[in-house]
Amino acid sequence: MNAPVVQSDLNPNRKVNVWEDPAATPYVRIEGVSKYFDKFVAVDNVSLNIYRGELFCLLGGSGCGKTTLLRMLAGFESPTMGKIFIDGIDMHGIAPYARPVNMMFQSYALFPHMTVEQNVGFGLKMEHRAASEIADRVAAMLKLVKLEQFTKRKPHQLSGGQRQRVALARALIKQPKLLLLDEPLGALDKKLREHTQFELVNLQEQLGVTFVVVTHDQEEAMTLSSRIGVMDHGRIVQIDIPKNIYEFPNNKFVAEFIGSVNLFAGSLVEDESDHVRIACDELERTLLVDHGISVVSNIQVGAQVWAALRPEKIHMTLDQPTTTENWTQGVVQDVAYMGDSSVYLIRIASGKVLRVTRLNVSRHAHPVTWNQNVYLHWDSSSLVVVSA
Amino acid sequence: MSTYNQRSWFRITALAFGFAFLYVPILSLMVYSFNKSRLVTVWGGFSTEWYGKLFENEQILQAAWLSLRIATINATVATILGTCAGIALVRFGKFRGRNLLSIMTTAPLIMPEVITGLSLLLLFVALEQLVGWPEGRGMTTITIAHITLTMSYVTVIVQSRLASFDVSLEEAAMDLGARPAKVFFLITLPIIAPALLSGWLLALTISLDDLVITSFVAGPGSSTLPMVIFSKVRLGVSPDINALATIMIGLVALCVIVAGIAMARQQRIHQRELQLVNT
Repeated sequence: MNAPVVQSDLNPNRKVNVWEDPAATPYVRIEGVSKYFDKFVAVDNVSLNIYRGELFCLLGGSGCGKTTLLRMLAGFESPTMGKIFIDGIDMHGIAPYARPVNMMFQSYALFPHMTVEQNVGFGLKMEHRAASEIADRVAAMLKLVKLEQFTKRKPHQLSGGQRQRVALARALIKQPKLLLLDEPLGALDKKLREHTQFELVNLQEQLGVTFVVVTHDQEEAMTLSSRIGVMDHGRIVQIDIPKNIYEFPNNKFVAEFIGSVNLFAGSLVEDESDHVRIACDELERTLLVDHGISVVSNIQVGAQVWAALRPEKIHMTLDQPTTTENWTQGVVQDVAYMGDSSVYLIRIASGKVLRVTRLNVSRHAHPVTWNQNVYLHWDSSSLVVVSA
Repeated sequence: MSTYNQRSWFRITALAFGFAFLYVPILSLMVYSFNKSRLVTVWGGFSTEWYGKLFENEQILQAAWLSLRIATINATVATILGTCAGIALVRFGKFRGRNLLSIMTTAPLIMPEVITGLSLLLLFVALEQLVGWPEGRGMTTITIAHITLTMSYVTVIVQSRLASFDVSLEEAAMDLGARPAKVFFLITLPIIAPALLSGWLLALTISLDDLVITSFVAGPGSSTLPMVIFSKVRLGVSPDINALATIMIGLVALCVIVAGIAMARQQRIHQRELQLVNT
């Protein structure tokens, strides 16, 4: 249907994303929400806007508060502080069964004593719909998730993937405006997970439902979401589209959490509008970053910063680069063959080990091996300066 | 495996001896219930005449009917109360006095029956003097006493079932629009039903064969089956008691088997639930 928000990379026709439009009203508004369990701070002063039709991912390690935040949206927990608005209505004191929200549970929580049909129809039965209407809508929903021939089965007679789809169908049957998904693909094996990811995105676009997904799997977050909110210790540390989260992490935690990264500690020695230079104890030469940072953050010359460099953005050669900056040399300490790519661990003069990945484009060429001397260089646009 | 013989003659003997110790008395009783002779210890040929005599014995039939009524009411009430207590103990989270309550509900399991019986008798007498209820001692007092005894068994069973109950099932139902009462009757209760059934059957069996507590709180004209048997046996064992005992063993065995099947089934379903979560 007409989902107003589609990831900009996938849809070049759309110029402005909803979250960049100042006139848009958010569908879900989380304002300064905190949740304490006794003295433990599970969620710490989170403010967040989620817009209609978005597929928003809350990403973080276990215990970062993402599930607690989701449960507060569903109404299973109430915030210690702060307010949650859904569609402009304050959710304070509104019970889970009265919210315009449905949730898909991590364990799926399928009712073991009911058939697939009864599971999916449960929500409509609670609304006291006519039996014929329930039957029609359940049939249509089961068709949508391709489970028509399993209507009379009990949950334990289904495979993991089928159970996942029953859970999804059950959560969607009431046509909620907002669907909460707790680790929706966590219980599936890798192959099935990749397949289901795309199905989930298609379904979301087709139905125009706003999805809020909780996951610890960065790959899942990357492929699914329109925007990702990275959480750590109960706080949201960065909210952005997947590409920016990966390419422009705004702090050390995000850089390390998403993908793998080489981090250089150093101090800022030059800060111009179009470039910065960082002196780093672990490298012989200074790092040149081709975009200024003073405009976007409050880091001064002389400040301690981190420079992040993704392993796939390092070029590895046997010849010495001709440039004066952004290169180093080292010895190959380890090689890990991954099939499509190889990971090299290179020990440089200071003793620091850098991680370099290279695509195995050619089947036979494999010139770099253990204990070999190699040169590493990278573009000045590949570096990102992050705060500690 | 060759040197470590799992079925050595020693083990087989030990097993046979153990089972003999448990079941020879019962088997001999069952065999003698089909004895034609009036003398219990002399075999006089096969006959079912004592079963016929049994069903002509008005006293025994009345006692059996009383026992059955008490057992049914007791099992039902004990299951309801025990379920309530079990849910409170598992679900209310940490509240002040939770451990105390937990220990107190299971106390009747280990309390000597003589003490339970005596204290109940004193309570009933005091209550009658104070408020005039229960009037005298009879079926009402026996039933109340049995509920006191068996409720704790149900509580323990329900408690252990609920402890491994996936709470997200209830949350899912609530999320789909079910109010708490509906969640309980449509989701929680059907799922823990096998545990309730085995609790009910256990309460029924315990009530059917309780003698000690019953003797304390029973009044004139309210003799339960175990009491009648006991008093008859004191005057000498008659073969119709053997017949009666055989029928009772059959009934109790049936209850235990059904309860066992229900428990095993519940265990299987639960295992599958766990697999659902883990796969």
